[in-house]
Amino acid sequence: MMKQLFPKQHVMGFIFSMVLSVVALAVITFDMSYKMGMAILLVTAIAQALVQLLLFMHIGESEDKGTLYTNIIYAVFVGVVTILGTLFTMIWGYQIY
Amino acid sequence: MESHEQQFLILNEPMILAAMISIVVGGLSLVIGVTYFKKWGYLWREWITTVDHKKIGVMYILVALVMLFRGGVDALLMRGQTAMPENGLLDAQHYNEIFTTHGVIMILFMAMPFIIGLMNVVTPLQIGARDVAFPRLNSVSFWLFAVGAGLFNISFIIGGSPDAGWSAYFPLASLEFSPTVGNNYYAISLQIAGLGTLATGINFLVTILKMRAPGMTLMKMPMFTWSILITNVIIVFAFPVLTVALALMTMDRQFGTKFFTMQDGGMDMLWANLFWVWGHPEVYIVILPAFGIYSEIISTFARKNLFGYKSMVVSMVAISLLSFLVWAHHFYTMGQGVMVNSFFSITTMLIAVPTGVKIFNWLLTLHKGKITFTTPMLYSLAFIPIFTIGGVTGVMLAMASADYQYHNTMFLVAHFHYVLIPGTVFAVIAGFHFWFPKVFGFRLNEKLGKLAFWFITISFNVAFFPLFILGLNGMTRRMYTYSESTGYGPLNMLSFLGAVGLGIGFIILVYNLYWSIRYSPRDETGDPWDARSLEWATHGPVPFYNFARIPKINELDAFWYAKRNNKSLYDDRPIEKIHMPNNSGMPFLMSGAFFGAGFCLVFSWWIPTIIFTILIFVFMALRSFEKDHGYYVSVEEIERIERELGGEK
Ligand code: HEM
Ligand SMILES: [Cu+2]
Repeated sequence: MMKQLFPKQHVMGFIFSMVLSVVALAVITFDMSYKMGMAILLVTAIAQALVQLLLFMHIGESEDKGTLYTNIIYAVFVGVVTILGTLFTMIWGYQIY
Repeated sequence: MESHEQQFLILNEPMILAAMISIVVGGLSLVIGVTYFKKWGYLWREWITTVDHKKIGVMYILVALVMLFRGGVDALLMRGQTAMPENGLLDAQHYNEIFTTHGVIMILFMAMPFIIGLMNVVTPLQIGARDVAFPRLNSVSFWLFAVGAGLFNISFIIGGSPDAGWSAYFPLASLEFSPTVGNNYYAISLQIAGLGTLATGINFLVTILKMRAPGMTLMKMPMFTWSILITNVIIVFAFPVLTVALALMTMDRQFGTKFFTMQDGGMDMLWANLFWVWGHPEVYIVILPAFGIYSEIISTFARKNLFGYKSMVVSMVAISLLSFLVWAHHFYTMGQGVMVNSFFSITTMLIAVPTGVKIFNWLLTLHKGKITFTTPMLYSLAFIPIFTIGGVTGVMLAMASADYQYHNTMFLVAHFHYVLIPGTVFAVIAGFHFWFPKVFGFRLNEKLGKLAFWFITISFNVAFFPLFILGLNGMTRRMYTYSESTGYGPLNMLSFLGAVGLGIGFIILVYNLYWSIRYSPRDETGDPWDARSLEWATHGPVPFYNFARIPKINELDAFWYAKRNNKSLYDDRPIEKIHMPNNSGMPFLMSGAFFGAGFCLVFSWWIPTIIFTILIFVFMALRSFEKDHGYYVSVEEIERIERELGGEK
């Protein structure tokens, strides 16, 4: 009975996301190379996103796959456009005549 | 923070003092009035704790109307100041504060909530649903928005308003150049209201995708519902960018980080970039629902099917993607290379194509229609040519090299008012007149409505057309005064007269509300316009459960065809008991905690901020341990209500 009531997934997710945040924080508290720092941030960020999607938002438990995939494709599109577009306008394409 | 200008209460400005006194007097008389008429219980039970989408919608619209008034007074003051050369109505600082609050209020606390209000009232009815997917969350959304708007509005008496423009560009908006708390207010109040909007986005997305009446496939949805679906997709993907940008702004201003600084690895232009990554989709958030409203009104009063339904849907989906690809057109002059500017020029011109498609759809819907000229229809008809002027000047601005001439001039100000006012403002007013009888059971007076329409439309052009010319003559925006030798005087005076006319138009509109509440004949049919979509299939005013039985749909405009063919939308199912959500005071109280936390954070009072923040989490924890399964309305109760409303429809 207790076992069913205890939200194991959510508590695990909570712990994971805390740990991942602390690891990301290490990038500024410890001295490390730029590349190393970026690598750590990238990995923890992706892991964090997966924790949120899988453990809290229960992605994959939905019947309606069509809506799910449309949403994911849309989100990836907007994310990629925002990041690459920002690099494009602010750095790569900045003041090149 | 150590600046000398910093003051807690602003007492040395006569105009602000007068505003403060009138707010205190108004507030006190409201409290005394409610107490005298013993309405506190009623307010609490029926409105503050409500989770009913219709009532939440009405509250959104009420706040939006108040904000329209506030933003309108700001506008009149600005136009008054610039009406004559070297006028002394406002000083430079004051002018800066007023154009900033005007912009923020009009876009975020007037246009957005007006649209969200209409979408709350109408969307669940149009898809034959009992409420939104998450009624309690909907109430949270409203109260977060209300609290955000409140926080932003008190800034001008407590601590001083933001003064770096509605776009709050860095480095101007940084602590160094804007040392007062004004821009803290900006960041935090928009943050709180934005959370509410984000929740609304998710809520309506789920509602439309999951709660349509049986038989209503996506391609049988009314066009307004389609526009709301797309709008909410854009909300869900655009608002997180604003959330992040505002959080970074707060950290820069209050915690000493250097995201947007000019040295130490920060980049001031990144703010402009992030702001417009959100900002351009935002203009589509306020314009797409307007397109939906016009589509409903035009097909209703032309008595014809909407021409090119499919192309309308496709063009909206295209806009939802393209709107994320054009943002840099807001800062062509910031130093990007030719590649960047050409790319964004092209995408911007591309987005004009689906918008143009819609104009033709409406025109062809009107073609050979039996048109009735009601007030909502007049606004829709006026919208088409005026909005086209806005669109054409938009394409002019889209050309990067030409924009070096237009950028930050009155030409731009004229352009965006030419899209925002006929686009969004006319649409919400038209929608307000159109759906008013659905919510209150009587129509607004047509004579007064038309009088207001003519005042608003003509004055709008008088107020804003001169600004195109002034802009081309070189008058820049955000300019608090000018010398007589510039020759800007006469056209500015003309524009001021137009602004006064607009003010009169809005007063007639509000007077119409008062007049109609008192004298307008009650409508018994629930369908006073002989309209097409499902919201008209139930009674007006709508009973709290919306539909006694959920209708079955087999085509677009099923209600219209049911009326024409004397069919019923209900097969012979018996009425069943209805499951409804319970009211709750928690959203209101939690938003109060948000207000406390936000207010203390503005002034960097850390301890109270932390206490209020903990309180927010306490409310969330309480919610997750709460057991609330709603309640049932019995069949007898439903039958009694339906009989009182004159029999089920
Ligand atoms: C009701 C009639 C209105 C009048 C007379 C009016 C007038 C003005 C004026 C005089 C300015 C400042 C120009 C300058 O000196 O730079 C301005 C700016 C602005 N207005 Fe309006 N306006 C009106 C309605 C609206 C509406 C309905 C919206 C949006 C839905 C809106 C959005 C803005 C924005 C975003 C700015 C830019 C603020 C900034 O520079 O930071 N206005 N308006
Ligand atoms: Cu734009």
